[in-house]
Amino acid sequence: MPQKINIDQVAELARLNLKSGERAKLAADLERILTYVDQLQGINTDHVTPTSHTLALENVFRPDAVVPSKIRDAVLQHAPKSEGAYFKVPKVIGDVS
Amino acid sequence: MKPKPTGAKSAQPFKSMRDIEQVIGLEVHVQLKTESKIFCACPTRFGAEPNQNTCPICLGLPGSLPVLNALALDLAIKTGLALNCEISARIKFDRKNYFYPDLPKAYQISQYDMPVARNGHLTVEVSETGQALREKKIRITRAHLEEDAGKLLHEGIKDASWVDYNRAGVPLLEIVSEPDLRSSQEAFHYLAGLKSILQYLDVSNCNMEEGSIRCDANVSVRPKGDSKLGTKVEIKNMNSFRGVQRALDYEFKRQTGMLERGERIEQETRLWNEAKGETQGMRSKEYAHDYRYFPEPDLVPFSVSQKKISELKASLPELPRARIRRFLTDYGLSEYDAYVLVSDKSLGDYFEACVKEKANPKLASNWIQSELLGELNSRGLALSESKVPAQNLAGLIRLIENGTVSGKIAKEILPLMFETGSAAEMIVKEKGLIQMSDSKLLEELADRVIKAHPKPAHDVKTGKREALGFLVGQMMKETKGKANPKLINEILVRKLSS
Repeated sequence: MPQKINIDQVAELARLNLKSGERAKLAADLERILTYVDQLQGINTDHVTPTSHTLALENVFRPDAVVPSKIRDAVLQHAPKSEGAYFKVPKVIGDVS
Repeated sequence: MKPKPTGAKSAQPFKSMRDIEQVIGLEVHVQLKTESKIFCACPTRFGAEPNQNTCPICLGLPGSLPVLNALALDLAIKTGLALNCEISARIKFDRKNYFYPDLPKAYQISQYDMPVARNGHLTVEVSETGQALREKKIRITRAHLEEDAGKLLHEGIKDASWVDYNRAGVPLLEIVSEPDLRSSQEAFHYLAGLKSILQYLDVSNCNMEEGSIRCDANVSVRPKGDSKLGTKVEIKNMNSFRGVQRALDYEFKRQTGMLERGERIEQETRLWNEAKGETQGMRSKEYAHDYRYFPEPDLVPFSVSQKKISELKASLPELPRARIRRFLTDYGLSEYDAYVLVSDKSLGDYFEACVKEKANPKLASNWIQSELLGELNSRGLALSESKVPAQNLAGLIRLIENGTVSGKIAKEILPLMFETGSAAEMIVKEKGLIQMSDSKLLEELADRVIKAHPKPAHDVKTGKREALGFLVGQMMKETKGKANPKLINEILVRKLSS
C-alpha cells in the first residue's frame, strides 16, 4: 500500500513524541482514515452545499462592549510558570540563523 | 550599487541590475478600531498592565466559546468596499494551527477559503515634488478577519521568555495584495495610500508605534519583460513604512547579487533587522508552514445580505482620491499640493477649516505645507497639539492678503503665535508690526537710502537692475521689515528711472 502519511512529520507538527510501536500503529490508523476519506471523495456532491458546521445557526454576534474579566491573577496562579504579571515560557528567541 | 563583474564560467543571465525588476506583494495587518476584542469582551486598549485584558476565551481555556464582535465585521466590510472588493455573501472562520507561545490556543482563528472580501484594487498615487501624480492600480487579492497573537518579551530576561496576552484576540484585518508592485517606492506609496484610506474610514488608529498597522512582504526578482515569477522570499519584522522600503531595497540587491553570481534563490522567510539594515534567514524548517487549516467549529458561519452591504456602502465617507479631485476643482490647487494635504486626513481638515475662515486657498496651502509644518516639526509637535488652530492661521493669511503685514513679517509672527497661542491680529497690535504703506514716509526714506548708497543707485540708473535688490534690502532694514515691499519697489524704480 502506498504511504500517504509521513508519521514523523505529523508527530512533529503536533509536537508529539511517539514511541516506535505507537508510530506504526498510528500511521496505520491514519492511513485507514485517509482511505475512508478517499471513498467519500468518490461520491458525486455536485448538488450538495458545502457544510462547515452542523448547527442550523448563522450570524451569532456579540455587540462591541467591554466587560473586564478580572481573572488575571487567578489564571497566573494556575500557570505552570509566571513572573510578576507575565506568563513565563522557555526562551523562544533565536529564530535567526 | 554597481553589480560586480562575475567570473567567466558563472552562468550569468543578466548584464546588470537595470535588466532586472523586483516583484512585490504586500500583506498588511490592520488593527480594527473596536472597544472590545474580536471574539470576547476584553478591552483592546493599548498600554494596559500585562495580561490585564485577558479572559478565558482569549486565553483559550477549556470550555470557553468565542462569539464574533459585530462591529469588527462591519469595519472589515467597510474597508473591503473602500478597496473596491467584492464582499462575500457567505463567510466562515478557520483554525490556523501552529505552536508558538504567543498563541495561547496553539491555533489562530483566521479565515482560509471564505474571507470577508476579495478581488479589489487600490489606486496608488505616486507623487514626486512638483510633478503631476502618476496613478497605478494595485490589485487586492483578499481581506480577511483574524485574531492577533500575544506579545513575547525576551530582552534582559535570562533562560526564559515572558508573555503578555493583552494583544491576543485583538481584531485584525489582513489585506493581501497581488504581486503588482515593482519597486520599494511603489510599495511605500501603496502603504501610504492604504493608511490614508483607513484613516478616512476611521476603522483603525493607524498607529505604527502601537503596531496597529504591520506589513510583511513577498518579494522576488526576474528579468524585465518576463511574465513568470521568480522564487518568492517572505520578509517579516518591518515596523515602519520606511523600514519596509529599506528592507525591499536590501532584498533587491541581495537577490540580484545572487542571480549575478549564478546562485539559486531559496524560498524562505527572512527577518528584517532594522539596526543592522539587513534581512536574515530563519532557522525554521519548510514544513513549519503546514498550518493544517480546518473550519472553526466554535463559530457558526455568517451571511452578509445585500441590504447590509448597501447600508455600509452608503455610510462610507469621502475617500482620499475623491477629495484630491475636489481640491483641484474647488480650490485650484496643484495635484501635488492636493495630494500632500489630503494624504493626512487631519491636514486636509485643517486646510479646509482655514478656507472656511476666508483664507485664500493657495496661500493657505503654501503656508500649511511650508511654515506650519516647519514650525510643528521643529517643535516636535503633531498637528493636533498645535497651539495655532486653523482659524488663527486663517487670520494671519487674511492679514497678508489685505496688506496689513508682509509675508516676511508674517513668518516672524507665526512662531509668536505658536509660543503664545494668540491670534495674529493681537500680536500685530502688541508688537506694532503693521506694514508701512505710508507712501510719504517711504518716499523720504527712499531719498535717504539713495543718497547714502550712491554707487548702487547709479548702477540701477544705468540699467543694472540687480542693484535694486540691495536698495530694497536697505529700506527693509531701516523699517525693520515692516515696509510694504511692493510699494518700495515701485518708489525706488520711479525715483531711479527719472
